Amino acid sequence: MSNYYINIVYLISAVLFVFSLKWMNDPQTARRGVISGVAAMLVAVIGTLMNPAIVAVNYKWIALAVIVGTVVGVPLSWVPLTAVPQRTALSHAFGGLAAGLVGVAEFYLSFSSSGHELGHFRAAALCAEVLLGFLTFTGSLMAAGKLQEIIPTRPITYKGQNLVNIGLLGVAVIGCIVLSIDTNYKFIFPVIIFLALLFGVLLIIPIGGADMPTVISMLNAYAGLSAVAMGFVMDNKLLIIAGALDGSSGLILSIIMCKAMNRSFTNILFGAFGQVQAASAETQQRTVKSATPEDAAQIMEQAAKVVIVPGYGMAVAQAQHRVKELYDQLTKRGIIVKFAIHPVAGRMPGHMNVLLAEANIPYTDLVEMDDINPEMPQVDVALVVGANDVVNPAARTNKSSPIYGMPIIDADKAKSCLAIKRSMNPGFAGIENDLYYAEKTLMVFGDAKAVVGDIVKYLAGENNSH
Amino acid sequence: MKIDYISLLFVFVLATFIGLDVIRRVSRLLHTPLMSLTNAISAIAVVGSIIIAGQQNADFKFNIIGLVAIAASVCNIVSGFLITDRMLKMFKKREASK
Repeated sequence: MSNYYINIVYLISAVLFVFSLKWMNDPQTARRGVISGVAAMLVAVIGTLMNPAIVAVNYKWIALAVIVGTVVGVPLSWVPLTAVPQRTALSHAFGGLAAGLVGVAEFYLSFSSSGHELGHFRAAALCAEVLLGFLTFTGSLMAAGKLQEIIPTRPITYKGQNLVNIGLLGVAVIGCIVLSIDTNYKFIFPVIIFLALLFGVLLIIPIGGADMPTVISMLNAYAGLSAVAMGFVMDNKLLIIAGALDGSSGLILSIIMCKAMNRSFTNILFGAFGQVQAASAETQQRTVKSATPEDAAQIMEQAAKVVIVPGYGMAVAQAQHRVKELYDQLTKRGIIVKFAIHPVAGRMPGHMNVLLAEANIPYTDLVEMDDINPEMPQVDVALVVGANDVVNPAARTNKSSPIYGMPIIDADKAKSCLAIKRSMNPGFAGIENDLYYAEKTLMVFGDAKAVVGDIVKYLAGENNSH
Repeated sequence: MKIDYISLLFVFVLATFIGLDVIRRVSRLLHTPLMSLTNAISAIAVVGSIIIAGQQNADFKFNIIGLVAIAASVCNIVSGFLITDRMLKMFKKREASK
């Protein structure tokens, strides 16, 4: 097939990719989006295999690589949904690796074969490709390691960290510029690769678990942009279009996450959120009221409207199925139950929605923060399951709090509040949560899964005795 | 290699605008599946990998690099689409869940 026809095939693929994302606007059409995406990818791969530059003897090797990729990829799609953030980070790493490797091959090929010469623009695009590709590779591996808790999740900081990071990136960018001006400085290329790999690691080290949703989104954008750069290097419009779609998706998600934490991009990258100093500041004893699961069950039984605020703790305890049983028990009594979803609850964008959907809770009862907050004063019970910072009223009231200004779910405005928590240890960010000390708050101590299970047992038992 | 960079830049800028507009409309419920879907889409790098792995190179080590890139991309394509579909299957309306 000539390049002319291949480009037509690529055009079809590009259109299918756009539709794929467009259909994600509604859960009802979203699966059509996946089909469209698969079709787009198949068309793109078949079109590429028709490229006259590919020599026949290499098809068997390509087939082998496809098989290897499939054998690794299929089990990766079976991970439990609580592990989806790790899986996503890991696949960003693969994406970055692929882009980086193609860049390396292109660079050295430009010297060994004719027709591949590097111009200034092409060299610059190539540098961008390997820089983004390799920093996404190690950065995503680090993020996956932190999410899997192979690497300590707390932010690791040292003096002059930002200076080191910015310096490293600066040197790499200068290397890219020099190489784009004169490609004869070949020896700079491996240095750029090394700096990109190192920068990826150092970039993620100071980032803590609570900031992971933003970081994953950002790495998503980088993976897309490295595909765009590859498109410029290889003169391929489909790579540019698909990469741009991916890049804009990562960008929008990052912006949403930043807004939801009231923080700027640079602040997340260079701020090392949640250092322990906040925790040691307040040591005065304050008292909380605690309750048993039975008390909690009785309180909720009396309610007309209950809002459940899930957080990462629900994911850790794998409590989503117990929460669904609680949902069933309460709705059976005619109580309205809604879920209040904060954009950064969990470890990646939309994390809570997926877990609750897995537990069979209808998505129509999952309500976004901005939509539920006006209703909160009419809510009888707000039940906080494993959420912490996203319900901390200090974000509204305490100007000295590190999370001041972050939009929160107004659990404190409900008529009463029940919070399930393992202990009074301050959460990941080390910030005291005023909600727990409020007059109308009752703490139910214990593992989220066990506590919700006990509440359900009580409600179910009582139901039978009637 | 003669490349018309300006038309490529046009494609990039326009595709970015389309992307921003389309993604902005994606339901917030579906942000996790969106991310795994775009994961699979960014594995479009497979196109570049196939060309590197398939063409006649001066040295077969370049083909090997391309083949590793194909394996990494295909892994993303397969796992990305499969897990997206798996997650989307779980999103049900109230009527359907009874």
